[in-house]
Amino acid sequence: MGEFRYLPVTETDRQEMLQAIGITSEEELFSDVPSGIRFKGELSVEKALSEPELIRLFQEMAKKNATTTEYPSFLGAGVYDHYIPSVVDSVLSRGEFYTAYTPYQAEVSQGELQAIFEFQTLICELTGMDVANSSMYDGSTALAEAALLSAGTTRKNKILIAESVHPEYREVVQTYAHGRHLELVTIPSANGVVDLQALRQLVDSDTACVVVQYPNFYGQIEPLKEIEALVHGCGKAHFIVSSNPLALGLLTPPGDFHADIVTGDCQPLGISSSFGGPHCGYFAVTEKLVRKVPGRLVGQTVDEEGQRGYVLTLQAREQHIRRDKATSNICSNQALNALASAVAMTAFGKAGITELADQNLQKAHYAAEKLKNSGARLVTEGAFFNEFVIDCGASVPDVNRKLLEKGFIGGCDLGRFNPERKGQMLVAVTEMRTKEDIDQFAEALEEIIHG
Amino acid sequence: MANSNQPLIFEQSKTGRTAYSLSALDVPAQPTETLIASDYIRRKKPELPEVSELQLVRHYMALSRRNFGVDNGFYPLGSCTMKYNPKVNEVLARLDGLTHIHPYQDPQSVQGALELLYRLQTNLEEITGMDAMTLQPAAGAHGEWTGLMTIRAFHEANHDSKRTKVIIPDTAHGTNPASASVAGFETVTVKSNANGLVDLDDLRRVADETTAALMLTNPNTLGLFETHIQEIAEIIHAAGGKVYYDGANMNAIMGVTRPGDMGYDVVHLNLHKTFTGPHGGGGPGSGPVGVKKELAAFLPKPLIIQKEDGSYGLDYNRPQSIGRVKSYYGNFAINVRAYAYIRTMGGKGLNQVSKDAVLNANYLLKRLSGAFDTPFKQLCKHEFVLSGSRQKALGVRTLDMAKRLLDFGYYPPTIYFPLLVDEAMMIEPTETESKETLDAFADHLLEIAREAESNPEIVQEAPHQTVIKRLDETRAARHPILRYRKNDREQQ
Repeated sequence: MGEFRYLPVTETDRQEMLQAIGITSEEELFSDVPSGIRFKGELSVEKALSEPELIRLFQEMAKKNATTTEYPSFLGAGVYDHYIPSVVDSVLSRGEFYTAYTPYQAEVSQGELQAIFEFQTLICELTGMDVANSSMYDGSTALAEAALLSAGTTRKNKILIAESVHPEYREVVQTYAHGRHLELVTIPSANGVVDLQALRQLVDSDTACVVVQYPNFYGQIEPLKEIEALVHGCGKAHFIVSSNPLALGLLTPPGDFHADIVTGDCQPLGISSSFGGPHCGYFAVTEKLVRKVPGRLVGQTVDEEGQRGYVLTLQAREQHIRRDKATSNICSNQALNALASAVAMTAFGKAGITELADQNLQKAHYAAEKLKNSGARLVTEGAFFNEFVIDCGASVPDVNRKLLEKGFIGGCDLGRFNPERKGQMLVAVTEMRTKEDIDQFAEALEEIIHG
Repeated sequence: MANSNQPLIFEQSKTGRTAYSLSALDVPAQPTETLIASDYIRRKKPELPEVSELQLVRHYMALSRRNFGVDNGFYPLGSCTMKYNPKVNEVLARLDGLTHIHPYQDPQSVQGALELLYRLQTNLEEITGMDAMTLQPAAGAHGEWTGLMTIRAFHEANHDSKRTKVIIPDTAHGTNPASASVAGFETVTVKSNANGLVDLDDLRRVADETTAALMLTNPNTLGLFETHIQEIAEIIHAAGGKVYYDGANMNAIMGVTRPGDMGYDVVHLNLHKTFTGPHGGGGPGSGPVGVKKELAAFLPKPLIIQKEDGSYGLDYNRPQSIGRVKSYYGNFAINVRAYAYIRTMGGKGLNQVSKDAVLNANYLLKRLSGAFDTPFKQLCKHEFVLSGSRQKALGVRTLDMAKRLLDFGYYPPTIYFPLLVDEAMMIEPTETESKETLDAFADHLLEIAREAESNPEIVQEAPHQTVIKRLDETRAARHPILRYRKNDREQQ
């Protein structure tokens, strides 16, 4: 009795309920499962723990990880260590939000629906687009869905993707493209951004879309203006931009450069790194594409008495209605993390998002100068946001191990994605790094490289 | 629930208010124009709201009061497994050592995280009877697609290029055909028989050399156990296809039977359903995929492995892999919660979960079966489907009864699904609800059935107690307003 605190059915209940059902034993409930496939004995999963034991076990496992709280981190490459206002977790911890499901019954889900409507608006404001959906799994799958949307809408089969897009995003797009029998072609980079000459050669009447990242994987600002002219100058192809939403506090939004679809990951805005997930993809389009958008959309309407309210809308696009003809198979979204991001964006507000983006820009440029003077070669030549590439002249994993001994989490080893970039480190500097952190990091790196 | 319109956060904005706190810039500031070309410097600031911290808190508290979760009350939303989300899981998922870690750290510096994932996947292999597992997919639909891509890669590796079709029962959730389509397959429908089970003759008719896979959950979408599952698997295997298990209904069978023992080759799980990762208002979820040995080489990369020296690592050297389905290693924080749940329940506890889930469902079915049409007469598993056809004849639709349930403080069941059943109402109580809760719910639903006879208007006009009445969905779709615009406010 009382062995499992989540299970309220008592022995007395059980007997009464079995009797009401008209059977005599629990075993009879499973009389439709043939004996040949009945599982014999007890599942040999790890043994059950009491709550105090469970907490101890998890604390022990947690202790085995070096955290970005403990070690100043210069690691980014798509996942960043940013300030998360305390109000974010306070809101997320409300059971009304986190223990609810997709707001099918609008009358008792107005809170979630309104929060998502606000999220959609915030994303539109940052990206400069007309419409945003309620979120996607993450930045990589959002980008893949964007490419599929383009292929489906333009009825073209070729996806052009810049080499300067996050390598894992490119891999995910590749997997999705293979699923839909689409061709993926990589646009080479020149000086860390899209090679415009090469793009001019590649883009043609079979092109469904051109995909770039802004700021790109190497932190650099892609020449969206020139790229857009090439994309839209040729047939029906869509211009897709994957963007760090924080950077858009400072950079001209992709919408102003006539992007057709803008996607990205909201992790920099209110979501912890959590070993890579869950984060929160966003998906924004022009008015023209609104009925092709994957995933849930929240719309404003009125009730029978004329009172303003919110509902899931344009559901004719979705899998539960369109089945195999749906624009995507996505069902749920990343609602709770979209909420986190909405709270963070609201906390920062108009002034904060700009100040936050500016601090990233300034600190990264200070760090780049500092590291250059400490003996690392600065590989990045053009304009960048909060990340840049240095050449360590040594194995980056080795350098990072030594940095960890000195109390730092070093940057991303670019050699893991591209053997030609062995020895190169992608360094991210956010507002969380103090001048002191940066100075000491530069010193530590100098000792390691020249030590 | 508070009965007043909550203004949008944008409508509460006033220039000059803030709700954040950043340290002053401690490095020399350079003019932005010297760092970024002027065309790329944002001219017009984004219209993010300007509110104080307390305004922000009150806004979201007001929104939370206008929302309903499992913590608020009974949530028998069929096929969604809305069980209790343990509080300790939330505490554990927020531990600093599990929250502030970066996916590209040296694996040696995140051994605890890798160990946790490895242990989770080992436990899930045992629960499902599978040989290998990936934790990368972010949700159930994502897992379905991943599993189908894995099957496709298997057939491609065997140069079996004719296998372009996936068989799906007519009762299946819409996600199944949508996932098949995104994975590049055509969909073939197999019929259900009068008992709500797969029609074996029809299955024999559609299974052939073009069959890549059959997607089937068991218990099926009607909450019924496919008693002939071994025969079904044999038919598909004999045709050269693979059998795919949609793990949406895993909550009914833990420790009772395993997909791997029933003849399934591929399984996806919804950790946010059976394994208590909270639903979050619609995600984030987690949709791990398990496979039998012969399919293991095709799973996404990297896989989490234990090395010979006992340490944990990431295996990228997988030349036959379908590639990546998501960046990094899946929804880690949801996987943490699932592992916490498994360690709370143990093997015996998980089995008791399924027994109680099935007991609760059958008890509730029994209590309701007098007043509603029950299309299938056998025992159900963890959920069941009622038909509102008797009430429809009185002019009261299932939608009306669902809305009336809101007045009594319940989240309604899934309605109008499965499509096969007229005026369907799909009820899944879960094992975490007490007999008292089930009895009270049954009493209320029976009362609604009586109201349908004696006072249909009160049901047809429901809800009466919510913050808002029924919303005009047609208007929302015809004239979509999908965002707030500052000038709209001035126009209104």
